[in-house]
Amino acid sequence: MTANEKKDLMAMACRVRMGVIEGTHSAKCGHPGGSLSAADLFTYLYSKELRVDPKDPKWEGRDRFVLSKGHTAPGLYAALADRGFFPAEDLKTLRQVGSYLQGHPNMNTVPGVDMSTGSLGQGVSAAAGMALAAKIQKRDCRVYALLGDGEIQEGQVWEALMFAHHYKLDDLCIIIDNNGLQIDGRVSDVMDPYPIVDKLAAFGFAVEEIDGHDFEQMETAFAHARETKGRPYAIVMKTTKGKGVSFMEDQAGWHGKAPNDGEYEQAMNELRQALAEVEAM
Amino acid sequence: MADVKKIATRDSYGNALTALAAEHEDLVVFDADLAGATKTAVFKKAYPDRHFDCGIAEGNMMAAAAGASAMGLVPFVSSFAMFAAGRAFEQIRNSIGYPHLNVKIGATHGGISVGEDGASHQCCEDFALMRSIPGMVVLSPSDDVEARAAVKAAYEHKGPVYLRFGRLAVPVFHDEATFRFQIGKGEVLREGTDVAIIANGLLVNEAVQAGELLAQAGIQARVINLCTIKPLDEELVLQAARDCKRVVTCEEHSIIGGLGEAVCALLAERCPTPVRRVGVRDTFGCSGPAAQLLEKFGLTAKDIAAAAKELCG
Repeated sequence: MTANEKKDLMAMACRVRMGVIEGTHSAKCGHPGGSLSAADLFTYLYSKELRVDPKDPKWEGRDRFVLSKGHTAPGLYAALADRGFFPAEDLKTLRQVGSYLQGHPNMNTVPGVDMSTGSLGQGVSAAAGMALAAKIQKRDCRVYALLGDGEIQEGQVWEALMFAHHYKLDDLCIIIDNNGLQIDGRVSDVMDPYPIVDKLAAFGFAVEEIDGHDFEQMETAFAHARETKGRPYAIVMKTTKGKGVSFMEDQAGWHGKAPNDGEYEQAMNELRQALAEVEAM
Repeated sequence: MADVKKIATRDSYGNALTALAAEHEDLVVFDADLAGATKTAVFKKAYPDRHFDCGIAEGNMMAAAAGASAMGLVPFVSSFAMFAAGRAFEQIRNSIGYPHLNVKIGATHGGISVGEDGASHQCCEDFALMRSIPGMVVLSPSDDVEARAAVKAAYEHKGPVYLRFGRLAVPVFHDEATFRFQIGKGEVLREGTDVAIIANGLLVNEAVQAGELLAQAGIQARVINLCTIKPLDEELVLQAARDCKRVVTCEEHSIIGGLGEAVCALLAERCPTPVRRVGVRDTFGCSGPAAQLLEKFGLTAKDIAAAAKELCG
């Protein structure tokens, strides 16, 4: 990854984070915490990894992405808008009556969304079904799914992992956003999902743990995922919930709460400053 | 009646899938460790590369089928009605119904006639659950000919379809040469204007027999087969209510939420008419031979005729 590529990614990640704050502030609700922890991933996927065409969102040959942790739609929407799937000003219509930007992803209304999600544990199954279909259809198509570390408490996730391993879905790559927090507190206090890496490995996945805010580690991990044959791949990314907005970082309380006007100003100032610093690099 | 051919509609399902698959490469089948019982094993034998056992994990199976459908395949997903409509309700609702994906749910072992397995496996709530999902088509075919036609129609329909099949072998009374099936259209099996008997599934044959019993008592019943519970053939039901002034509904399902309530809701709003509902009366089933259970739970021609007579009296 060149310095310029990295700089572009960092700048986009700042814009995605601003989109998250814009959307949730405008909606007066939504889920900023997990959207911010995954903002770097959304940025990387839609800039580097996914073969998609913003001008032709339904292009048959595209790779698929399923946001299994569907409540972090504000982050996905901000990335899609930044890549030109739809106008960025529409992010302000998030969760409003009449908006196509539903509270949770709707594949039939949002350009670029490949699967309707929101009920935890189901998106990863859908992604596995997509990867199976791609295999049957002999398509060159990779399928990615992003899960929360709280989400993996759902039993269905492990059904899906068994299925993905059983059918050797090597075009499936799941990513776990391990920010360590869920609505009620620390995941380890609410219902301990650890050791996540060992469990995924025991279910037959090739597993890699990375820093989810490091684009170079992402680049390496996704390359490994593409090279791995015969079994599905899992990337467990260590992240900070609320990343990029000082008062939201590592706070479970910002899982599903919108910033008020004062908080909005502070968050946007911080992100604008971060963006200016990136651009000055 | 000894020479009447009997076939379980689950067998019709497996056979219809196999026949359809020859013409349609996009048809695939998912099952949850019940291929022998749901009869998708028949399909599996013919098309092993297009049959995917998901293990005993119905929730994943439904959402995985949704994903496969989003890629353009047409998955038929099978389990017992209890574990398809029941256990996987929320996956069907959110991953299939909400995005309106082209997934067909072939649920076998519906109703009391499952028999000896007892209440845990006797799903009498599936119509209610599936009817409540916007855009879901709900079908309950009555015999082999109709079941095979329903599978074909479900394939041709764009969008989610729930099909209920039975475990018990039931008489084949439709003539394949003349039978035409259309989703959303009922079928008048007997003309009459004294009482309308509206049935689906296994109870259609019982309703026809009830029509004969009633004729012997001087009551001319119009017997209607409503395989499609949703969308309801409203015109046919309203016409029957206007002509007959009395309606009996019959289903191998709880009287709560199924065909009976669908008919009652329509009539209450559009043509208030006295109705009697023959069905499972808000109770769980129990173990026993299917024929005995149908008697115990009041789901026979005799019970239907009695309900009609009560209305006419």
